[in-house]
Amino acid sequence: MKSQFDFEPGFEPERYELDAAPAYRFSLGRRGFFKSVGAGIIVALMVERALAQQESGRRRGGGRTPQDIGAWLHIAEDGTITAYTGKVEVGQNIRTSLAQVIAEELRVSVESVRMVMADTKLTPYDAGTFGSRTTPDMARRLRQVAAAARELLIDRAAEEWKVERATLSAENGSIVSKDGKKGSYGELTKGQKLTQAVAENPPTTAPDKWKVAGQSAPKANARAFVNGQHKYTSDMKLPGMLHGKVLRPSSLSATLASVDTKEAEAMPDVVVVRDGEFVAVAAPTEFAASRALKAIKAEWKATDQVSSKEVFDHFKKNARGGEGGRGSTKTGSMEQGLNAADTKLQQQYTVAYIAHAPLEPRAALAHWEGENLKVWTGTQRPFGVRSDLASAFRISEDKVHVIVPDTGSGYGGKHRVEAATEAARLAKAAGKPVKIVWTREEEMTWAYFRPGGLIEVSSGVRKDGSLTAWEFHNYNSGGSAIRPLYDIPNQVIQFHDTNTPLKQGSYRALASTANNFARETHMDELAHELKIDPLEFRLKNLKDARLRAVLEAAAKKFSWGSKPANGRGVGIACGSEKGGYVATAVELTVDRSNGAVKLLRAVTAFECGAILNPDHLKSQVEGCVVMGIGGALTEAIQFENGKILNPRFSRYEVPRFSHVPRLETVLLDRKDLPSAGAGEAPIIAIAPAIGNAIFSACGVRLRSLPMAPDGVKV
Amino acid sequence: MANVTELRINDAKRQVNAESERSLLSVLRDDLELTGAKYGCGEGRCGACTVLIDGLPTRSCVTSVAKAAAHNITTIESLEREGKLHPLQQAFIETGAMQCGYCTCGMIMSAIALLRKTPRPSEEQIVEAMEGNICRCGIYSRIVAAISKVSKGGAA
Repeated sequence: MKSQFDFEPGFEPERYELDAAPAYRFSLGRRGFFKSVGAGIIVALMVERALAQQESGRRRGGGRTPQDIGAWLHIAEDGTITAYTGKVEVGQNIRTSLAQVIAEELRVSVESVRMVMADTKLTPYDAGTFGSRTTPDMARRLRQVAAAARELLIDRAAEEWKVERATLSAENGSIVSKDGKKGSYGELTKGQKLTQAVAENPPTTAPDKWKVAGQSAPKANARAFVNGQHKYTSDMKLPGMLHGKVLRPSSLSATLASVDTKEAEAMPDVVVVRDGEFVAVAAPTEFAASRALKAIKAEWKATDQVSSKEVFDHFKKNARGGEGGRGSTKTGSMEQGLNAADTKLQQQYTVAYIAHAPLEPRAALAHWEGENLKVWTGTQRPFGVRSDLASAFRISEDKVHVIVPDTGSGYGGKHRVEAATEAARLAKAAGKPVKIVWTREEEMTWAYFRPGGLIEVSSGVRKDGSLTAWEFHNYNSGGSAIRPLYDIPNQVIQFHDTNTPLKQGSYRALASTANNFARETHMDELAHELKIDPLEFRLKNLKDARLRAVLEAAAKKFSWGSKPANGRGVGIACGSEKGGYVATAVELTVDRSNGAVKLLRAVTAFECGAILNPDHLKSQVEGCVVMGIGGALTEAIQFENGKILNPRFSRYEVPRFSHVPRLETVLLDRKDLPSAGAGEAPIIAIAPAIGNAIFSACGVRLRSLPMAPDGVKV
Repeated sequence: MANVTELRINDAKRQVNAESERSLLSVLRDDLELTGAKYGCGEGRCGACTVLIDGLPTRSCVTSVAKAAAHNITTIESLEREGKLHPLQQAFIETGAMQCGYCTCGMIMSAIALLRKTPRPSEEQIVEAMEGNICRCGIYSRIVAAISKVSKGGAA
């Protein structure tokens, strides 16, 4: 079973923010978190620690260690079902879909499952919510836990009623026998204090038999989001709480030369902390904290920094890796491949650094109770933040409790949350709880960015459209989806590390967006050189059945092949990442006088195995497409000599209502395949599809993201 | 300038003691615990902080509390009455018009203002009126659908 579900985590060098491994590992006793619940049944799924680490993409860490708890579930005497997972909810609606798979196995409604998530005291260790691993890993584990709990309840009933196990089944929260006996889960667990560990093989329900999973259940707790009652970290408040503000350097990597905090210290109720380079204030209101921060006089020592205008040259000049480097592959001979080609093409592509810009900026509320630190924060890595806190304060991890309220999004941008350490440092000095909410400018300056990248492609193709040679170099942005799924006999694929002027890290789908943009643009260029239809050219070189299926589905829905109306352009692109397969076709118009690109239609076909929740899947796919429009057309972080020039929405254009075309989404439900995640892969086809459509509309080939308006303007 | 001592919020007088240049958003959130309005940008460009002032959609992050005093302020917290959601809130749930939900309250307040002025907006009118609200998760088309749903029902 395991081999069927666990695909290779893949080559992901671009998770730079995770490079520093946490200093410590989970030391809380296994029984520690069971103390929080009363009588009833506890079922815990045991996993190998090594497996847990591998799944989460962590690079360092020990070998195989004793078994660890991967997920657990409690059924209380009143029948309440509570499941515990270290995953976080950031808008991808896994709180809902995970409850659905549990409800499915326990034969109850989705509303009767409560999820406790991302609480380092209550939930098992989890390296983080990223890499589209929640659905393939955590949903699978929770299905197994819930199936094991169901089987255990059947055992209990068989024992109590002294009947054959085979005559019993689970229905609507009860165990029933063929002769009409019935006991609710609550009744069967009454007085029990049963803890059962299960291995990974209880009988789970096949997707084609699903009744609760696979359905469009509405977002869990949706009411609290529409009436303003949900408390994000930034909304939280504790008695006596102060608001914190941190003094930021004058430019990136500037160091403190001198600081004078006297004036701020003299302000009433203001706490000032200076600890090495860390200078910060806390006060009863944000207003008073800001005033105190302004009163601090600091001088900074800055060094010259690379600017966005010269960054691509800089990448190339400082490149490392190459042949034999991480992720590089070689098949056949490029020389032979190019000799066999009738047409050769060499091109360069670039992608800008962009910001995640989650609407809720980094936020944390920290509270010390003696030696123990409790922190609420919005992060995708609660256990990682716990490690960071433990190491910052030189305390053991069991003294640190991190809780992640459902968070105002992340997109890969909240793996490290410095606000947590900042708030905790101030709280320690103040002897009171302290909350820090980063400003938009801080979020778009001091967080990390999606890496910029330079990509060089050289290819060869025969007159009949068959690819013979493919050489692909990615400088800086990363190796995700760097290998083509097209069948090309001769290939050289290389990722080159370099040095980055900005702090860079994970972003939704990592570098697959960049690599797919270069690849799918290049494919379109070749198709036009050869005067072959771009869809036909792709299919000619593609055996992968799943990628073919989405390409064909998107093309069909789009009516690909019919001539676009006058002045309109059409483009298509496809790709695969993290177990998801996507194809997008776009129709648009271009106004070359002002550079405006108006998207009219975007048709996306997506397949990620068996669908857990069609409505939420559709919303993830469409969300990816919309976010991808930003990176394709308008988003770029501009920087000059250590200063971010546009760290605010008035100067950094993210997609808005008017940017969104008519979205048509085709979901292919492969109940015969394990479910993969969907929060990332659908973002990778939209940018090349738009670029290819721009070429179709006006004959201008754009090879740099973002493409509008400068790229199209006459 | 003297501190602001009273605000009219959701048809009730609320006592505060806030420096006049503080943002209305910070007073709502930090002093009155009305946290439905969110901080998103601090420059009035994302709409997460939207409240109504005398019925008009207003970015509370760039509105000083002094400027808001003596006007009628309406926040998301007033929409649910006796345990019953406003039809627009209901429509957001039914159309699945949210992912992380951080923009949702601001979206609903902007849309309420639109529907009061234009009970049956066209899709173009919805897009135009909502352009100042950012949903970073990209759920825009469903938000349009939720607003259209209510306008067709004529219930806002």
